[in-house]
Amino acid sequence: MSILKSREMILTGAIVVLVILIATRFPAFVAPSNLAAVFNDTSPLILLAIGQMIVILTKCIDLSVAANLALTGMVCAMINVAAPGTPVVVILIVAIALGALLGMFNGVLVWKLDIPPIVVTLGTMTIYRGIIFLISDGKWVNSHEMSGAFKAFPRAVLLGLPMLSWIAIILTIVFFVIMTRTTLGRAFYAVGGNPHAAVYTGIDVGKTQFWAFTFSGALAGLVGYLWVSRYAVAYVDIALGFELDVVAACVIGGIAISGGIGSIGGAVLGALFLGVIKNALPVINVSPFWQMAISGSAIIIAIAVNTRAGRTKGRIILKKAEAAQ
Amino acid sequence: MQSLHQSDGPALRLDRITKTFPGVKALDNVQLGLYPGQVTALVGENGAGKSTLVKILTGIYQPDGGAIYVGDTEVNFPTAQDAAAHGITAIHQETVLFDDLTVAENIFLGHAPKTKWGLIDTRTQTRKAAEILRGIGAEIDPQARLRDLGIASKHLVAISRALSIDAQVVIMDEPTASLSHKEIHELYELVDKLKAQGKAILFISHKFDEIFRIADRYTVFRDGQFVADGLISEISEGELVQMMVGRSVDQVFPKREPLLGTEVLQVVGYDHPTEFEGINFTLHRGEILGFYGLVGAGRSEFMQSLFGITKPSKGVTKIDEQITVIRSPAAAVEAGIVYVPEDRGLQGAIRPMPIFQNVSLASLKRTSKDGFIRLAEEFALAREYTQRLDLRAASLDTPVGNLSGGNQQKVVIAKWLATKPKVIILDEPTKGIDIGSKAAVHDFMAELAAQGLAVIMVSSEIPEVLGMSDRVIVMREGKIVAEVSGDDMTPETLVRHAAGIAEA
Repeated sequence: MSILKSREMILTGAIVVLVILIATRFPAFVAPSNLAAVFNDTSPLILLAIGQMIVILTKCIDLSVAANLALTGMVCAMINVAAPGTPVVVILIVAIALGALLGMFNGVLVWKLDIPPIVVTLGTMTIYRGIIFLISDGKWVNSHEMSGAFKAFPRAVLLGLPMLSWIAIILTIVFFVIMTRTTLGRAFYAVGGNPHAAVYTGIDVGKTQFWAFTFSGALAGLVGYLWVSRYAVAYVDIALGFELDVVAACVIGGIAISGGIGSIGGAVLGALFLGVIKNALPVINVSPFWQMAISGSAIIIAIAVNTRAGRTKGRIILKKAEAAQ
Repeated sequence: MQSLHQSDGPALRLDRITKTFPGVKALDNVQLGLYPGQVTALVGENGAGKSTLVKILTGIYQPDGGAIYVGDTEVNFPTAQDAAAHGITAIHQETVLFDDLTVAENIFLGHAPKTKWGLIDTRTQTRKAAEILRGIGAEIDPQARLRDLGIASKHLVAISRALSIDAQVVIMDEPTASLSHKEIHELYELVDKLKAQGKAILFISHKFDEIFRIADRYTVFRDGQFVADGLISEISEGELVQMMVGRSVDQVFPKREPLLGTEVLQVVGYDHPTEFEGINFTLHRGEILGFYGLVGAGRSEFMQSLFGITKPSKGVTKIDEQITVIRSPAAAVEAGIVYVPEDRGLQGAIRPMPIFQNVSLASLKRTSKDGFIRLAEEFALAREYTQRLDLRAASLDTPVGNLSGGNQQKVVIAKWLATKPKVIILDEPTKGIDIGSKAAVHDFMAELAAQGLAVIMVSSEIPEVLGMSDRVIVMREGKIVAEVSGDDMTPETLVRHAAGIAEA
């Protein structure tokens, strides 16, 4: 527990140092309005990282999140075009439900057919992208085709923050409660920490993984609508490759790829770290190629740090070592 | 010196070999001789030191004292390669082979013939592999992929691999454990061929029919000590059993006055298509029921199906005389049956999780409402059971992975007790732990029974089974072959029934 806490502290410290470094070159970056904009911009990544974290906790991985997002986003946009009067609440429900359904499809394949998650989601990633092409004929849904209310929702400002940011904040809290205070949350940790022990304790490993994929899918679906309405465009390739950023955010946030270790705080901080880098580097005139190299280095450094922290320190046999502890 | 008579002396001789592990003397001044062209059977109960001996012979462990002689020269084996270089090779219970390589590649992996350029000489390799296979009468294509062979053929490849280093001493560690009757018969013929080639063979087995079929000599170990050796032709099965189990049970077991309560569990007619059949027994409150048998007799398999992990094709479970259907481990825990599996490292604790979460994991139904965990109740539960087991840790927040092995085990036991079970199944509860911890587990088991819990103990250690159980069920080849209690509970009866030896 103390290791996890300190890991989150290290990450928070790293983000603060990063922001200060950027501020020395470009003071306007730390203006509250700009920091709020960075947070808002990172909100989709935060939401997806929370879903991905749950999946990774159970020793799985969900590579289909970005494709799920794009497909759900396209469906929402097409509903809006077909029936511009559809209330945003209905669109939100459709987005979450469709996303969850796509996640459940992954989950069922992993649970009932025992296919490795990386293979399942690699497959569905392509399938979901393909479906977008089929339903849209490869055409774009552009800003002028979308209704005003459809586009306004994520931007609507409440108490100084846009709706998109509020959704990220509220769902962070909701999932924090789920992960720390519910039996299902506990099951996610148990399944990843030691699947064999989980079985003997009466936890159904496959079913728990199914629910992890469902959560990840539902979040991806929600982000699908938010993404499409925020950028006011939907097409086959939106958020292409974004699943890698999501996994990276989790890894930076200290979620163990081998399962069982991680926290909501870690996932959110990992996403914020990447968000700050992505937003700051263009501002201080770093070329896009360097940006990629820097993001990549951050991931490798994070993994190296996690691995060191996780390494066992050997058994305590000496009496003095025991006393020192 | 007397080189003329060298062929009559042992090819390999161990003299006063001692090996100590922390807390345990695994081998204490043992001796063993292996003779060219003869099969020596090494006989002993679990824990007699047979595996340690094999590891010393193959260079995996170093002895603390004593000497090993090959012919007349003293040798030592710092590494496995050194043992191989002296012509000693072992065929293990689970053969270590590579499914995606060819037969010839498997045979020569690590010592393949090379061309003058340093590359593997495939042609020579295939030719030599074919020679070796022919030598043992195996009709296997050296270029076949191992994956395409049956288990018996794989065994022959493993044996060929052992012979490819020109071994003079072949160790076979329970080679028949996974073979069918026909395959075992073929193995016997192979052993006869190896004998004819003058190899010295060490044959480790629990099965007396095998020992009397193929061995020329025997050596008996008990509790890490040499007991006797001699010619098989001069001894009877009964005498061998006698020497193997001995009379000494130095371990002290807690004294109990079993107070049998009402019947809590009744198992009727459990069948499984491949693992066990016709399992019937009853269990009472306050009773410790031992399940004895050789490894692979189907005890764990049956217990797992009783616990709802695998599904029997037929069978009824009655708990407190109520028919109870158990389709999943969750249902078993609900019904009051818990199962503490054999390999606790793999199947026990969730290592990254804090102690309190591990303890409450199987009782979350009680410490939660509508899926939400009540942390105060969860903590109280964890505190209660860790205190009962005298678990000392700085904080219940500590991840279990940071605890010592003994404390991890306490966490697992606390987890199960917290479910308030009626029946607790302990599978090999003291396997691989030191004597002090064993005594603690035994005391604890006695305490559980005294509190009215019904305990099923699966164990392969005779002293433990006899010392702890009120009644013992013996299983062999998936069936219950005997149920003994009272004065009938002797080492001889258990071994006889488990090994399938007729009454002497």
